Order: sequence, then C-alpha cells, then structure tokens
Amino acid sequence: MLTLNALSCERDGQALFVPLNLAVESGDFIELMGANGAGKSTLLRTLAGLHSQYLGQYQADAFLYQGHRLGLDGLLSPLENLAWFAGLEGQEIQRDVLLDALATTGVLGKAFAPCNTLSAGQQRRTAMARWLVSDKALWLLDEPLTALDTDAQTLLRSILAEHCAKGGAVVCATHSPIDVAGKVTVTLQAHDELLQQGEAH
Amino acid sequence: MRAKGSVINPLAFLLLSTMLFVIAAPGLVDDAPERPSTLAAGILWTLVLLTQLLALDSMYRRDFDSGVLEQTLLNAQVPFVAVLIRILMQWLSTGFIIALCSPLLGIALGIAPKALLITLFSMLLGTPALSLLGSIGASVTVGFNRGGIILALLVLPLFLPTLIFGADMINAAQLGGSVMPQVYALGLISLISLAIAPFATLAGLRISLEMQ
Repeated sequence: MLTLNALSCERDGQALFVPLNLAVESGDFIELMGANGAGKSTLLRTLAGLHSQYLGQYQADAFLYQGHRLGLDGLLSPLENLAWFAGLEGQEIQRDVLLDALATTGVLGKAFAPCNTLSAGQQRRTAMARWLVSDKALWLLDEPLTALDTDAQTLLRSILAEHCAKGGAVVCATHSPIDVAGKVTVTLQAHDELLQQGEAH
Repeated sequence: MRAKGSVINPLAFLLLSTMLFVIAAPGLVDDAPERPSTLAAGILWTLVLLTQLLALDSMYRRDFDSGVLEQTLLNAQVPFVAVLIRILMQWLSTGFIIALCSPLLGIALGIAPKALLITLFSMLLGTPALSLLGSIGASVTVGFNRGGIILALLVLPLFLPTLIFGADMINAAQLGGSVMPQVYALGLISLISLAIAPFATLAGLRISLEMQ
C-alpha cells in the first residue's frame, strides 16, 4: 500500500532524518514519533506529494491526507464541507450518510452552522467525519490528537482501529502514543543526532 | 456567495476612488462635450486595474490558510478545472460586476455618452484577462504573509496591454472611430491569458504549497 525505500526528506538541502525503509500493508497502523522538527510533518507532506525535496523513493496508493490545516471552509457548514469533499473525491454520497458520519463524531448538533463558529475540537471532529466518508484506504494523518477532548481521543482510537480492521492502513504522526492493536512505532531520528553519535565513537 | 465582502469591498473601493477623481479634478466632467476628454478612459481603466489588484490579493488566501487548497489539489479529479472555476468565480465577483457598473463610472468621469456602451464592452472583454493573469500572481504570492506589494510588482506589468487597448477602445469610440482593432486586441489578450493562466496558476499554487 505504501513503500518507502531509503526515503529521507530534505529542507534547504539538509536531510532531516536518517533514511527510512518501510512497507505498509493493509491493516497496518504506523505511529510516527519524533522530536519537534524531526520531520514528521514533512515526511507526511512528502508522501502526499506536497513536498518534493527528498532522497530515495516511495510509492503510495490512493490516500487521504490530513495536515495541520484541516481543509474545512469556514463559511460552509460541516455538512456542506463533507459533501464538497466527497464530490472532490468523485463520490456521490447520500445526505443521510454524511449526517450519520457527523453523528458518529459527535458534531451533528453543529451540522448546519458555519464551520468558523465551531470550536477547534469540533472542527477536528468534523475532519474525522470526513475520513469516515472517504473511500481511500490509506490515511496519512498529522497529529490527529490535537485539540481533542478525552471522549474524542477514545473515538479517534476506535475509528483508526476499525479502519485498520477493515483492511485500511494508517500512518499517523503523533507525540502521545495512540493505543491501536498491532501498531508499529517508527521513530524519526534526526540526521545531526546520528552525526554527533558518529563523532563520539 | 457567503463571502459578501469579496464582492462589495472592491466595488466600494472603485466607486470611492472614482469619486475622489471627480472631486479632485472637476475639470474632467466640465469639458465641452464636443471635445471629449481622453483622460477619463485612462483613469477609469487604471482604477479598475488597482481594484482588481486589491481583490486578487485575497483570491487564494482563505483556501490556502484553511487547507482547502491543498485538499483540492490532492483530491480533485482534474485540478485544472478546479482552478479554472475559481478564476471564473473571481471574475464574476469582481470584473463582471465592475463591467456592469462601468457606464455609471464613465458618466461620473465625463466619458462621452455615445462611448458608454463601448466602455461596458471594453470592460467585459478586458477584465477576464485581469482575473486570469492576476490569478498567476496570486498563486505565487499566496504563501507570503504580505504578498500584496510583490503581487502588484508581478502583475501590473502583465496588465499593461489590457490597460492600453482598453483605454484606447473607449477613446476611439469617443472620437467616433472604429473600435474593431481594439476589440480584436483585447479579445486576443483574454484568449491567450485563458490558454496560459490555469496551467501557470496550478504550477504557482503547487510551489506555494511546497514552501511551507
């Protein structure tokens, strides 16, 4: 589903982390850890095709990318945002299905209010509803726990676990571990750390 | 259209700046009707250019900041069409409405009555080029926090041909000459812009998304 072959992202000509080899199959949950600035977001952006400075190769199936920017239009309601996103993916989804997804993530009460009147957490929940209606099997998520209350964190865990159980795959950058059965943790090691270790030896 | 400001603000700016000209230079309107002022057409077109510039700065900013832009480019079946529609919407909300108002502004600036219809026509022909070419500049500068000045430096030179032929078309009509050469020129500029701009905009947006 996703293969990384000695992939290392660069920023201004500097490699960010030690080259990474990884094969993600359906059902896999990959937890991407690493210090601030280790290159987690850049790696995800690279996999999504939004960052072209890298060494090595990767190959990715059709994916859903969720960055720090949620991709919700503030003037549209959660329902309209979902419908727009589905249309963008080329899907035609019944309104009931979209409302169900919003109900699952707990923002049904705000389904018709403009998104910029929602709290940060509610916007995150709306974004989660969007994953539910997506037909993409591979999810690339950048710190999905941000701004979520404990309920929503539990919900996120169950959504991710269910997606993996259904044969999907998730690559998820995070700072606090997400408990999903059978997860694989990949820690990005900063490139300069490795150089310092090398000098010490 | 829920972002009402994006329609009303440019129009209000254009109306106000036209009024400023009328107030500051009353001689424009007082000229004898048999010797029409060739200044007015130039002033009107210049103000339209500046208005477009003001509107273009925010063209992709909201979508860029909210992440809608990256989702569009990642997921759209044909990103080219998405960009083209965005440019069309930008034109409908600024250039088209400006064109509809242009005869009124023309009266205020003292353009000869017989040239008012041509004024409308020149705006309809010329403003699409402004939206199309401006979209290229907006796509490259959207990643900058204060891209306005750079946008102006990038885009105003591209607007020059439209300005020249647009103003010339109104003047030709005022002086009673044929406007066909200017119609062809403006049409050509808009068509060439239409051929180039969506691709250039797409490339510019990708570069802007890369830079973060």
